[in-house]
Amino acid sequence: MARQIGDVIVDLQNISLRFGGVKALTDISFNVKEHEIRSIIGPNGAGKSSMLNVINGVYHPQEGQIFFKGALRKKMEPHEAAEQGIARTFQNIALFKGMTVLDNIMTGRNLKMKCNFLQHALYWGAAQKEEIAHRIKVEEVIEFLEIQDIRKTPVGRLPYGLQKRVELARALAAEPHILLLDEPMAGMNVEEKQDMCRFILDVNDHYGTTIVLIEHDMGVVMDISDRVVVLDYGKKIGDGEPDEVKNNPDVIKAYLGTTH
Amino acid sequence: MLYREAGQFKATYAEDSQIFPIRQDKIGFWVLMLVFGVAVPLLTNEYWLKAILIPVLIFSLAAIGLNILTGYAGQLSLGSAAFMAVGAFAAYNFILRIEGMPFLVALVLAGLTAAAVGILFGLPSLRIKGFYLAVATLAAQFFIVWALVKFPWFSNNSSSGVVTAQDVTILGYTFATPEAKYVLTFLIVSFMALLAKNMVRSSTGRAWMAVRDMDVAAQVIGFRLMRTKLLAFAVSSFYCGVAGALYAYTYIGTVEPEGFNLDLSFKILFMIIIGGVGSIMGSFLGAAFIVLLPIFLDNVVPVIFGDSLGAGFVSNFQLIVFGGLIIFFLIVEPHGLARLWQIAKEKLRLWPFPH
Ligand SMILES: Nc1ncnc2c1ncn2[C@@H]1O[C@H](COP(=O)(O)OP(=O)(O)OP(=O)(O)O)[C@@H](O)[C@H]1O
Ligand SMILES: [Mg+2]
Repeated sequence: MARQIGDVIVDLQNISLRFGGVKALTDISFNVKEHEIRSIIGPNGAGKSSMLNVINGVYHPQEGQIFFKGALRKKMEPHEAAEQGIARTFQNIALFKGMTVLDNIMTGRNLKMKCNFLQHALYWGAAQKEEIAHRIKVEEVIEFLEIQDIRKTPVGRLPYGLQKRVELARALAAEPHILLLDEPMAGMNVEEKQDMCRFILDVNDHYGTTIVLIEHDMGVVMDISDRVVVLDYGKKIGDGEPDEVKNNPDVIKAYLGTTH
Repeated sequence: MLYREAGQFKATYAEDSQIFPIRQDKIGFWVLMLVFGVAVPLLTNEYWLKAILIPVLIFSLAAIGLNILTGYAGQLSLGSAAFMAVGAFAAYNFILRIEGMPFLVALVLAGLTAAAVGILFGLPSLRIKGFYLAVATLAAQFFIVWALVKFPWFSNNSSSGVVTAQDVTILGYTFATPEAKYVLTFLIVSFMALLAKNMVRSSTGRAWMAVRDMDVAAQVIGFRLMRTKLLAFAVSSFYCGVAGALYAYTYIGTVEPEGFNLDLSFKILFMIIIGGVGSIMGSFLGAAFIVLLPIFLDNVVPVIFGDSLGAGFVSNFQLIVFGGLIIFFLIVEPHGLARLWQIAKEKLRLWPFPH
């Protein structure tokens, strides 16, 4: 592979997160390195989604520290995470239902658009130029994800699998450094899964985007991940390369001990 | 000419993102502009201008204002009329108190004043949503009208807050006739509608819609909730404020705070529900519909049911029809007349071969 795994870009240290009495995460430390595909696995309710929400500032852990690009990150809001180049998709699709596919993906570029609302109101000169420049970028993403023929469709009318793809498109439109994907293949058929795998690998390969992936399909995880972290009941029970994790007795126990 | 896009290929993204990508629509639009901008003032009588066309335009502007806030940004408001009142009384005071204040400048200042008040009453939206926000805007509705009555300064110490709008003069020309007032209103409303359309089709509008559809996702991709919501309140109130000033200056001439009551706020809300939530064109359709329906019923009901029923029946019948229509649109077609128009166009595009 052409890409080279770089330095640690996100470093989570001793993260604990509680919701009232529920301990979603307990004392978890792990890191993500630049350009890698880092998977988070674990049974239902293990705290995987919470982990992503901590990384991009949707949740603020009660304890622990997060280092981003080597610097200690103070409390960060989601839009600040976006400004730092972190994009994501959600487990339950979070598209803007009332908008077309194209508009949804265009929103992904909002941070790169500099015109203000008065310029937009006049839609003249700079504003129009900017809109078109970003449209061109968005069309690249649309072509990459092979969704040309649904551009003008309201997202609410799309089948589930395509919605997931549009959500990925919206995240990619931001040209993120780090892409957080929460079960991007859930509910997909084999063919759709293969497409999605290919897109993830391509993004990682072509743009060097660091990817943090939550996925239940072990075949996929073991296939495409560089490193895997395993959570169970909010605790980390395994961390390492796919082969290492596969043979970790704690992981085997967690997976055999629960039903999926 | 058939309504079709066949043969009209978009070679550039600029062409593809026009307001009217299909040529027939563009032609239709300019025909409408000519009809309403030139033919109507030349051909119609005073009654039509004063009682129908001018109010339709002004309510359209207010409906655009509410649509920006509720239809695009998803923040329900019951205070539109109060922001119109702010605009009307602000324009009155700017013209009254500042020597040589040009009318158009006063109009912009009136809009800005309403925008400032709108931001203030928009602050609760950072904390509360939906029903509770609607109640907060209701507070704005009552508070603003109360304040305008309570402090006589706003109405230059006139009794019970009634003020008479000064003459509308631009560059030495006084807009005195209904035709002149209509044309002025038409130009201002068309221009502001264009600005609104431009906002909603660019990044500003996408931010509003993103916040409306899913605020967590909007934040995660980088939109700032506070800025986006408050901008919606500001722009929306600006539109309502200018509509309120026009209401005073080119429509009824004499206004009092109580004229901008909750009834009027609801009327504007019904306009966007019937016309189309989240549609600039729908704002016009809804305003026209709500101004015309009572007139239509006044003329039609006695013909159908005879005169024996009396005037009371006619006005009750109006309420029943309104109620029925609103329930119909809320349940069956939340995107209103604008959406029905779109569906009709889609059908037309395929006609006569539906498959
Ligand atoms: N916003 C919240 N409020 C309260 N509890 C929460 C919240 N989010 C997550 N939790 C709790 O935290 C725990 C971990 O949830 P999380 O969604 O992170 O699990 P997960 O590993 O993503 O599970 P799944 O595989 O089902 O998606 C669960 O017990 C869940 O109920
Ligand atoms: Mg989850």
